[in-house]
Amino acid sequence: MREYIDGSTAIVRGALDAGCTFFAGYPITPASQILMSMMRELPKTGGVAIQGEDEIASIGMCIGAALSGARAMTATSGPGISLYSENIGLAIMGEVPLVIVDVQRLGPSTGGATTVSQGDVQFVRWGTGGGYPIIALAPSTVTEAYWLTAKAFDLAERFRCPVFLLTDKDLATTLTTVELSSYPEIEVRPRETTTVGSPYRYDPPDEVFPLHEFGGEHTVRFTGSTHNEDGYITKHTSTIEALNRHLADKIELHRDEIELVDADPQPGASTLILGYGATGAPVRAAVTRARAAGDKVSGLVVHSLWPVPHNAIDEALVDVDRVVVPELNLGLYRREIERVAAGRQVVGVNRVDGEMVGPAEILEAMA
Amino acid sequence: MTDTTITPLSGYRNDTPYPFCPGCGHGSILDELNTALSDLSLDPAEVVIVSDIGCAGLSDQYFTTSAFHGLHGRSITYASGIKLARPELTVIVIMGDGGTGIGGAHLINAARRNVGITVLVFNNLNFGMTGGQHSTTTPQGAVTSTTPGGNLEHPLDICGTVGVNGASYVYRGTSFDKQLSERIREAITQPGFALLDIWELCSAYFMPANKFGRKALDATMEQLGFDSGILHRREVTEYAEAYHAAATASGARAAPVPIDTTFEAALTKDLAITVAGSAGAKVRSAARLFGEAAIRSGLWASQRDDYPVTVKTGHSLSKLVLSPEQAPVDSGGLPDALVLLSDDGLRKAQPLLDQMPQSGVVFTVPEFADVATKARLEVIDPKMSPTRVVNAQLPLVMLTVVTSRLGLFPVDALRRAAEDKPFADKNLESIEAGAALAD
Repeated sequence: MREYIDGSTAIVRGALDAGCTFFAGYPITPASQILMSMMRELPKTGGVAIQGEDEIASIGMCIGAALSGARAMTATSGPGISLYSENIGLAIMGEVPLVIVDVQRLGPSTGGATTVSQGDVQFVRWGTGGGYPIIALAPSTVTEAYWLTAKAFDLAERFRCPVFLLTDKDLATTLTTVELSSYPEIEVRPRETTTVGSPYRYDPPDEVFPLHEFGGEHTVRFTGSTHNEDGYITKHTSTIEALNRHLADKIELHRDEIELVDADPQPGASTLILGYGATGAPVRAAVTRARAAGDKVSGLVVHSLWPVPHNAIDEALVDVDRVVVPELNLGLYRREIERVAAGRQVVGVNRVDGEMVGPAEILEAMA
Repeated sequence: MTDTTITPLSGYRNDTPYPFCPGCGHGSILDELNTALSDLSLDPAEVVIVSDIGCAGLSDQYFTTSAFHGLHGRSITYASGIKLARPELTVIVIMGDGGTGIGGAHLINAARRNVGITVLVFNNLNFGMTGGQHSTTTPQGAVTSTTPGGNLEHPLDICGTVGVNGASYVYRGTSFDKQLSERIREAITQPGFALLDIWELCSAYFMPANKFGRKALDATMEQLGFDSGILHRREVTEYAEAYHAAATASGARAAPVPIDTTFEAALTKDLAITVAGSAGAKVRSAARLFGEAAIRSGLWASQRDDYPVTVKTGHSLSKLVLSPEQAPVDSGGLPDALVLLSDDGLRKAQPLLDQMPQSGVVFTVPEFADVATKARLEVIDPKMSPTRVVNAQLPLVMLTVVTSRLGLFPVDALRRAAEDKPFADKNLESIEAGAALAD
């Protein structure tokens, strides 16, 4: 059996199947469909969905709820991510599990509300002060939107941090036909909580310790200020160092657990076409067409944009001397590929006119 | 790694002295909060103090309750999230007057919603921590580091603002009030949003800059016409309680809507069809029904919509791709067929019409019979329909014509797709009209 479904519906379904119990958001095109579905669906599961007075209130409520036993998600578009910025830092500093959906639209500023774009790729990476690692997943199909949303919840619990689901107007609103059996089963990672010891732990630096939630047997201290393991503000240099190393190491030293790609290698291919999100489909189509024409080409659709999946990209680059990177921006992720694929030719195929990059344009860039 | 000077916990206050300046009112308000909590005998683990930023934002560190110290102006949002997730907890916000400026929207909306939190505003009429700048509550004429010639702005009436917007408990007083702990206790036990606007002295900045003292607090209130005491006390249903009560009647989660494939399609290769019409004229819903009929016929359909931010004006384009095989959606390229329905659609679709080759086909109404394109034109006159076709029916009428003329899949698949949907009668009528016009 099949269904006719858009990405927003799949994201909401993925979130609910992953155990989401709290949602707060503010209306914004093209993310409003997620807000509306959550307002409808979440109360039916005993959860809470609320429309905040603005984006800042929405993510703030999510952070408060996440520390009080909820599994929280919010959804917005680029302008809303701007307003989330300071609270993204708070969630990083306070080690709050939280899923943030960015349905990208054309920017900067109000830009094109109903226009597809991939302009927030670096924005979600560097969208708050401090320069700490962030996790971001990018679905390229409705089925991926379903299970990567669930994966975002999983990683948020695993690493106690905000996790982005970076999608776009096209995936969120375009209807596609999906075979119902193509949705994988979701395994929900139980939240690890404790009431013993300090609410924060920095040693060993890469270890993620269970969450202390509000309303448990013991009191809990949560803070967005630089703090010691008991959650008190500190100016003690070695404690500050330990905290900040911990925030980075818990993700950086466990990149392998986060790496997710859809690799389609072809032995003997010297060209790799690499895409993500909205350009995943044209990359797959271009690979199919090139092979049908007798060319050898490898394809790679990146699901885990941040941290950059070095291992998978390195593997895909073996024997490759040219990488073609189609993007609906002026080459924002290409700069990462240029770094990882140093010494190889990296070619961008870029559109910022609101239209999709087609497989024909990708093949043209390869010619 | 512990470097804190916080001593072991006992009661609601720990034994660490407050860090506030001599003469600052913060410590006495916190003592009153401690008394209120003691009188209520709440489990410290069931109490969360959410502190804002500024000198008052340091307060949570001197209590044995749970604590949340977040961003400037946002304390009310975190408190609301905590209360919504765990309504049984007692959630108390401690913020300065600075927070009522940067977080003013949250203040108003939390009051309006009546989320069951208690907000203590430590209102010392200026920013203490950052160097004595003026705040939303600085009285007119007052000298601060950012109003050297006297403040030109009218001070915010915090109580009036939350009061007119539905807050369940509103009180204004000073840190010197003898019954402050009783007021705090009332506020905590009152369901809904409670706020205490507690005026106090900033001995570091506001007092020396304005020769301001205890008596001046009361005098300023009077001069401004700001009443003191309990200003509002109304029975309300706390938001989280109201939410969960309403949610119990909301039914089962939406499940996938499976589409069975009982018809057979004749299509052997991908076909892209663009429907170009006006927003609000049922382009998208007709395209969706058409796509579903294709799926019922074993095809793989996709539909990418293009429309302006306005809802019922401007163009509405739906680009459908029908494919005999499951393949990545290709939204680029020219359509094989285009359905042109209106001037709005023409304006947006003209570039496509200009580029479509002779092998393409355009279905349109007599109004656009002379449209410029190399593609083959099929002009359908809705007036020839046995039943009258209104504008909102045109997209589905024309898509039925396309289905039939191009022999994509059985028109019965369209009928079946329309049957169990809203507006079934009207849509079935459109399909019959289209079927008749196609012949």
